[in-house]
Amino acid sequence: MADRSIYVEMKDITKRFGSVIATDHMNFEVAKGEIHALLGENGAGKSTLMNMLSGIYIPDSGHIFIDGKEVRITSPRDALKAGVGMIHQHFKLVDVLTTLENILLGYKTGLFVRKKEQKIKLQQLMEKFQLDVDLDKYVYEMSVGEKQTLEILKTIYRGARILILDEPTAVLTPQETNKLFKIMRRMKEQSCSVIFISHKMNEVMEIADRITVLRKGKTIATLEKESTNPQELTELMVGRPVDLSIKRIPALSDNIVFQVRNLSAVNEEKVEVLKNISFDMYEGEILGVAGIAGSGQKELCEALAGLYPIKQGEIIFKGENLAGKSPKEFITRGISMSFIPEDRLGMGLVANMDIVDNILLKQYHHSKGIMVQRKPAAAKAKEIVKKLEIQTPGIKEPIKNLSGGNIQKVLLGRELDSHPELLITAYPVRGLDINTCLKIYDILNEEKKRGVAILYIAEDLDSLMGLCDRIMVISNGEITGIVDARKATKEQLGLMMLGNKEVHHAV
Amino acid sequence: MQFRIVIKSEIGKKKRVLIFLGSIIAALIVSGLFLAFLNLNPFQVYIAMLQGSVGSVYRIEQTIIYAIPLIITSLGVAIAFKMKFWNIGAEGQILMGAFMASYFALNYSFLPRFILLLIMFFAGFIGGAVWGIIPAFFRAKWGTNETIITLMMNYVALKWVVYLQYGPWKDPNAFGFPKLANFAKNAVLPELFGVHIGWIIAVLLTIFVYFFLNRSKKGFEIAVLGESAITARDAGINIFRTIIFAMVLSGGICGIVGFIEASGVEQTLTKDITGGVGYTAIIIAWLGALKPQWMVLASFLFAILIQGSSYIQSAFGISAYSAQLLEAIVLFFVLGSDFFTRYKLIIDWPSLLRRTKENGK
Repeated sequence: MADRSIYVEMKDITKRFGSVIATDHMNFEVAKGEIHALLGENGAGKSTLMNMLSGIYIPDSGHIFIDGKEVRITSPRDALKAGVGMIHQHFKLVDVLTTLENILLGYKTGLFVRKKEQKIKLQQLMEKFQLDVDLDKYVYEMSVGEKQTLEILKTIYRGARILILDEPTAVLTPQETNKLFKIMRRMKEQSCSVIFISHKMNEVMEIADRITVLRKGKTIATLEKESTNPQELTELMVGRPVDLSIKRIPALSDNIVFQVRNLSAVNEEKVEVLKNISFDMYEGEILGVAGIAGSGQKELCEALAGLYPIKQGEIIFKGENLAGKSPKEFITRGISMSFIPEDRLGMGLVANMDIVDNILLKQYHHSKGIMVQRKPAAAKAKEIVKKLEIQTPGIKEPIKNLSGGNIQKVLLGRELDSHPELLITAYPVRGLDINTCLKIYDILNEEKKRGVAILYIAEDLDSLMGLCDRIMVISNGEITGIVDARKATKEQLGLMMLGNKEVHHAV
Repeated sequence: MQFRIVIKSEIGKKKRVLIFLGSIIAALIVSGLFLAFLNLNPFQVYIAMLQGSVGSVYRIEQTIIYAIPLIITSLGVAIAFKMKFWNIGAEGQILMGAFMASYFALNYSFLPRFILLLIMFFAGFIGGAVWGIIPAFFRAKWGTNETIITLMMNYVALKWVVYLQYGPWKDPNAFGFPKLANFAKNAVLPELFGVHIGWIIAVLLTIFVYFFLNRSKKGFEIAVLGESAITARDAGINIFRTIIFAMVLSGGICGIVGFIEASGVEQTLTKDITGGVGYTAIIIAWLGALKPQWMVLASFLFAILIQGSSYIQSAFGISAYSAQLLEAIVLFFVLGSDFFTRYKLIIDWPSLLRRTKENGK
């Protein structure tokens, strides 16, 4: 791009939350027709900065210019008026309404909604930006990717020419991600600007024109993609040299510790959500589970922890069939399960309690007597805070006051610290920055060395292929194959995720 | 937008106390205006209220007698509230506790005093506990709304006691008055330092509930369940059993109040035995933030307020309604001050000024 006129300029933006400075005199600019990536660790200020551009927060000081004119944005409506729209991680859609109804909802166009007129206008927009959505489809029938496309259409329809995408690929399959990138490129051709917040280095390198790196509330640098590389970006992000490779340590033994036989389960609507699942796990092995979101991952995790009623099948842990036992008995036998949901809410923690009590939650069963022992839990809390570099004013802080990434670290720290023999962990690095991801991989590897069998459920194929020994692919509640992670390819896994039975036999 | 209400981050203890004191002062000012309107000197009235409630040994004793049921009942409901189980059925639980205790008081008065009182104590506990288990079971089994069930069960208990009082348990020697016979001396709580020994029970229960909520495994499970049922389940807590257990304790403690009031204060069973304590205790539990030590303090403040306002009725010839209005004003301010501990009001001056300017054009 030779001609680069500045579209958005944020100057000297400062925002404080209590005593914490979220953004400290930040500067940021986006050119017309550019895809600009915002990169930074958890808590670097990416979301805060973008929330100020889209009217969710109001900066304490600083100036925002759009198309050269200073604007004052105090609400999302103001932002849209100025042409800025943000797609959040949690979609703001009504399930029981159609695409069209969702788009027109709350958008004042006078007394009557002229559906036909609006429909024509929407179709023109869809053509222009090559957005592919069915205007009469209900949201509850849509996949995550479709919902996202709908959000984009809605935002553009309401006048956005600068689109902010907050970690849009976190919930998408690789295929859906490619589709999204196509849309982003199309927007660029139409001289709209896209701001892309992401943790995933490979995606940033694929799609962005320029990259701005933030660290601890400060703008560190803005770089052309062509003149930089993942290594440099990571170092700017973290502030020191980092080794980016995921280590895989060889599996230990061929002792089977965990066997699942013909496991089936139905949900409340009597739909079969797990179909005849059978697999083995070895001591000191990381078995990855890949699959499109909602393919039965959650049900599998819960069933294996005794939390989901199973219709038939056996869950054999060290020779003992645990099917039908209470969750407490799974815990006391050393089976730990942690599931980080897409919205990071309700993930086995108590928001209003402090770190100590949250750690106590998985420990108090083991102590004797009728009283709880807080002292050992407090010592553990201190240890975990230090080991995982959790940013918190203290171990007595209610965890609702911590940032999402830090809350997640508390959960993982607790689960890993219970020294389980079987660790089931779903999406442990969801939404975490690269440095923390690596730390968590290291911790998983440490557990593996101790002989723990680890079931690792993830969406990111790179981490699955880098970390695991074998990868089990599930689709629609069914195993479509178990492959050797060293030999697997993304294409092969992608096909299996879509339901094609094992492309070639591996293990 | 010119005004915004923003959630405050955690505030310190000092500030919380200041806000509380501020609300009391504001309440005194507003009720002072009301008293001035009645041609009374507010300062005299306030001083009289204190004199009426803590002005002499006898009055202090009366205030303590009033505070005892408030303390114990609020301890009982606090256990349920900690689990976010809205037990507003303390009235019914007190009545059923009183009924059970009275049964033994009326029929087993030949037993030695200590044994009889002990039996009455446990009978009271069981009466309240049964009344607690019923809504707990429905909630745990079918997810029914406990607010409605506990509330309705208050009326069932009340009508049951009214039936006994007007029917089978009516004292034949009362010249046709619908009342029960007074308890025999064996069934009456003895006094210590001028107050029936219900105060010792209140002290012991306060200590018990404090340790139960803060230190025991069961108390911890109740708190976790109150915050999130999913988290509780994931942590291996048996939700059904925990709900039932908490309500046995919550209802049972309220049932003990029934025993104390019947045995120590009324010395018989009457339909008015609760005196509305079951509802007042809900407010106290909230004022004390479900912390036993604060609930004891709040109970005393309430007892002083109620004793004081009944004293000024006779001292100044104020009507009972005016005295209740004073109580209501204090409550309104104290409860309302909670808003300022959670939220702050932000006035956006630049945009307010801009708006005014635009309007002026």
